Amino acid sequence: MTDMTESRCINMTEKTAEKMTGEISEKKTGKKAEKTAGKMIGNIAGIMIGNIAGKMIGNITRKKQVQEFRKNRLAVLGVLLIAFLAFLALFAPLVSPHDPLEQKLERGLEGPSLEYPFGTDNLGRCIFSRVVYGTQVSLGIGVLVVTATSIAGTLLGILSGYKGGLFDEIVMRGVDIVLAFPNIILALVIAGLLGSGFFNVVLALSLTQWPVYTRLVRAQVLSLKKQAFVEAARALRASNFYIMRRHILPNCMGSVVVLGTLEIAHVIIFAAALSFLGLGIPMPTAEWGSMLKEGIPYLLSAPHLTFFPGLMIMLTVLAFNFAGDGLRDCLDTGTGVMA
Amino acid sequence: MTLLKVENLKKYYSSGLFRRQVNRAVDGVSFELERGKTLGLVGKSGCGKSTLGRTVLRLLEPTAGKVFFEDREISGLRGRELKKLGTEMQIIFQHPEASLNPKMRIYDCIAEPLRIHGLCGKEAEKTRVLELIGGVALDEELLFRYPRELSGGQLQRVVIARILGLKPKFIVADEPTSMLDPLVQAQILTLLKKLQQDCGISFLFISHDPAVVEWMSDEVAVMEGGKIVEFH
Repeated sequence: MTDMTESRCINMTEKTAEKMTGEISEKKTGKKAEKTAGKMIGNIAGIMIGNIAGKMIGNITRKKQVQEFRKNRLAVLGVLLIAFLAFLALFAPLVSPHDPLEQKLERGLEGPSLEYPFGTDNLGRCIFSRVVYGTQVSLGIGVLVVTATSIAGTLLGILSGYKGGLFDEIVMRGVDIVLAFPNIILALVIAGLLGSGFFNVVLALSLTQWPVYTRLVRAQVLSLKKQAFVEAARALRASNFYIMRRHILPNCMGSVVVLGTLEIAHVIIFAAALSFLGLGIPMPTAEWGSMLKEGIPYLLSAPHLTFFPGLMIMLTVLAFNFAGDGLRDCLDTGTGVMA
Repeated sequence: MTLLKVENLKKYYSSGLFRRQVNRAVDGVSFELERGKTLGLVGKSGCGKSTLGRTVLRLLEPTAGKVFFEDREISGLRGRELKKLGTEMQIIFQHPEASLNPKMRIYDCIAEPLRIHGLCGKEAEKTRVLELIGGVALDEELLFRYPRELSGGQLQRVVIARILGLKPKFIVADEPTSMLDPLVQAQILTLLKKLQQDCGISFLFISHDPAVVEWMSDEVAVMEGGKIVEFH
């Protein structure tokens, strides 16, 4: 009985504590909203991403995690930027004033003006429109590569960590081989063999990025495997597949989500590098990396050719890094065994 | 009537790349356990108590020796028969906060064994879970929480409720109360003893605390260096 009453007391205090922190943060957000509308949007975005992440990871501490995330201004800024970039990518035809491929040679190398907000390139194409359309390519590659590699890498990591033995040996040697090469060299070789093109870039990047997840997940599985709840499931004589799906996978998801967010930034910069070297997206298509390359001869006479695509790459990478860092911080503090 | 008979059970670990080093964690242990009785197992840490408990359950494969459960040798069981063994022999671990999946609600933790073994349908599941959590004197309100929101004593009760759903005949209790404070410890021990009287469960009760073992057990075995050196 005393145990019960004691636990009730603890629950009560927890509840009141939660209420109090809730009130405080509400007051804070109230003030913020009065200050600027922008910050309010930030809060909404924070709640949204927090909710999505929380659902993926399935934890009751969602509320606390969302609060944690919203407190992190950089993370909220990152999410806002990502939302903005996604908007650009989805509504590129509406946002851009010109056709990104339309050439007006007589108006080449113009500086920013009302008609051409970011100026024109050497062939008289609108740089603003090209930058906007480039968002589609970069985000597309980032999302596709990260989706493919995180699923494949996580599955391999769980299997090799849980099964161990020969399978583990083979997978980990595969990981070692891929990681032994400098990433860019390996991607160049693959992209060179396959030729340029959107899906070839996705494939080349995927083939170089999967080991990152496999390593992370395998390490987590090795420690999860020794946890009492996994041993308890084995004592229940649950099948290995069941244990991996119900007990191992949910406890790895947090870190995979965080790593995936940070990886998007990495992949985008990587894809731009490939295009810059001429092995990425073929020529006329608007892509930030190839825009940089085309602008190099005019670096001194017309720096806006390289400035704007470079700025976009930087902003995108920063946005995903901020969001990823924020996600990691808010997931780390809350979850039991590991985020 | 004998429920469990262990004959000359051995569990060795070998290590070392050039010179084989053999660690005899359990080195030829034999004992018998009757239905509804408790065998206490005491010994210093590292003497092989926990390894013995796990080897008896076949959570670890024995190096040699035989385990008979209800006059049936269990070391050769596979597939469906091994799965059924999961409903008959169970284990309670030392760390209650690590014994439950942090991503599962208490309700699912308790319902999980029922689902794995298909012991009751969707409808009956809810009543059964309520019955089980009532059986260990916990509030129904806790069912929709996550393990990290409960105290150690509450968690250990959930662990017990979850196992009881299977109606096991034999439970290995591996220092079930060593991580709890004395008051809660006494409550959990009383609960275990009550369950034993009500359901006729046999226990292998592992502990390093002689007082606890003395109170719980009908017979006490003392282990040292992988061997049982004394019965009393």
